[in-house]
Amino acid sequence: MADYQFITPVSAADVRQLRLGDRVTLSGALYGVRDANLIAMFDKGRETKFDLEGAAVVHTAPNVRKVPVSNEHPAGYAAINVGTTTSQRMERFTRPLMEREGVRIIIGKGGMGDETLKAFSELGGVYLAIVGGAAALQTTWVESIDDVDMDDLNPESIWRFSVRNFGPLLVTMDSHGASSFDAVRARADARRSAALKHLGVKS
Amino acid sequence: MSFAVTPEAIEDVAKLLYIRALKILPSDIKQGFVRLSAAETDETAQSILATMIENIAVAEKTDNILCQDTGIPIYNVGIGRGVTLDGYLLKQAIRRGVERATREHPLRSSVVHPLTRINEQTSCGAHVPVINIDFIDEAETLRMEMIPKGSGSENGSFLKMLIPADGIDGIKTFVIDRVMEVGGRVCPPTIVGVGIGGTSDVCMHLAKVAATRPLGTMCKDPEGARLESLLSQAVNMLDIGPQGLGGFGTAFAVHVEAAATHITMNPVAVNIQCHSARRASAVFTRAGVAIGE
Repeated sequence: MADYQFITPVSAADVRQLRLGDRVTLSGALYGVRDANLIAMFDKGRETKFDLEGAAVVHTAPNVRKVPVSNEHPAGYAAINVGTTTSQRMERFTRPLMEREGVRIIIGKGGMGDETLKAFSELGGVYLAIVGGAAALQTTWVESIDDVDMDDLNPESIWRFSVRNFGPLLVTMDSHGASSFDAVRARADARRSAALKHLGVKS
Repeated sequence: MSFAVTPEAIEDVAKLLYIRALKILPSDIKQGFVRLSAAETDETAQSILATMIENIAVAEKTDNILCQDTGIPIYNVGIGRGVTLDGYLLKQAIRRGVERATREHPLRSSVVHPLTRINEQTSCGAHVPVINIDFIDEAETLRMEMIPKGSGSENGSFLKMLIPADGIDGIKTFVIDRVMEVGGRVCPPTIVGVGIGGTSDVCMHLAKVAATRPLGTMCKDPEGARLESLLSQAVNMLDIGPQGLGGFGTAFAVHVEAAATHITMNPVAVNIQCHSARRASAVFTRAGVAIGE
């Protein structure tokens, strides 16, 4: 297990060196995506103005405050609270995000499925787990909201955050076919009968 | 004797409770974290729990909300004896309180129309905020509890109309299998709420009551209390752990609520509360309004 400091955007080689259990801290641009903007992009044909080649995205819709545009708030938004939402809902968007847009890092909580793992192996991507619900802490890693796209979907706009030392985040799905979530699921399957026995359930 | 509560007071408190609930975790949940941390041996799980505990402190220190998910606002109102108020205005006042919290703090409106998916930026819509009104045997007292119910855990909701032949074994197996199915998606460690009996809608509602009950409280039905104690042990044998990354602490507890049901029925429902098990409450009396967890 190793620690990595990445500055975004990243290359395929950057993410392919990562293995389960490694820790990654990010600085640079980080894009917020989730349900509504991914549906807009991949089901409704809308295109984002952002260049996501080598990008890191986080599954989020933040709490924001509208403020006058300034150097500190170039998009006219101040971040109040930037957290992370459950990733599984975004499962079918991983491949198009990588193939069409060039995304390489997905940050989320709760893990993703087989299709995502396959896309990571084929295209060179990685899933970094953040602690869900720890949004007050996560917000302290965000410097500013630099830009926003598809803001008619607010709060499910596509957000560009500037982050510094965002993490450490845990590699829980890598580009070599390994997933911590699969391992936990297999262990739970193996322990199910003991749990049911404890409950006195007749098999 | 009668004690009048005004819509203006309800509106102010409804606003205040929404914001407070989002920022300050109740003490029973904080103690739950301490207990789970002490029991945890897995290194990753310990580190995740430590981050969650740090987040509680950061939220209080920076006066920020704990989680970005402002949830679906739920208000449980208990109206005591001798309280006079206009029930229709009460509901309107709660809605205005939610709108004001959203606009004035500001908070992310997490509420959309179910078909158009349009977000009115008010945290309100048809049937939202959810307002549950009950009548309680307390003189000149009105209780209001606010729960911002996050969606990650709310998506871990299930109902099964089991039949009598499935027995209690069917109920137990259903709970274990649903906890396994949702894994880390519901932001463990959780409170697993289990509704048993009733009609389908009552069963689902009881699961929510169970999931949002304070830690350390027990089901009033002795059979339900015995079952929730056993289930609490069993779900933590699965090694799903905090955030579904392995470890002891899959759930703070399993809570059970039960209602009488039909001779042909054996319904069971599961509703889950995430580790950010937020709530706040107010008690209106002649002495004033006491705000707390």
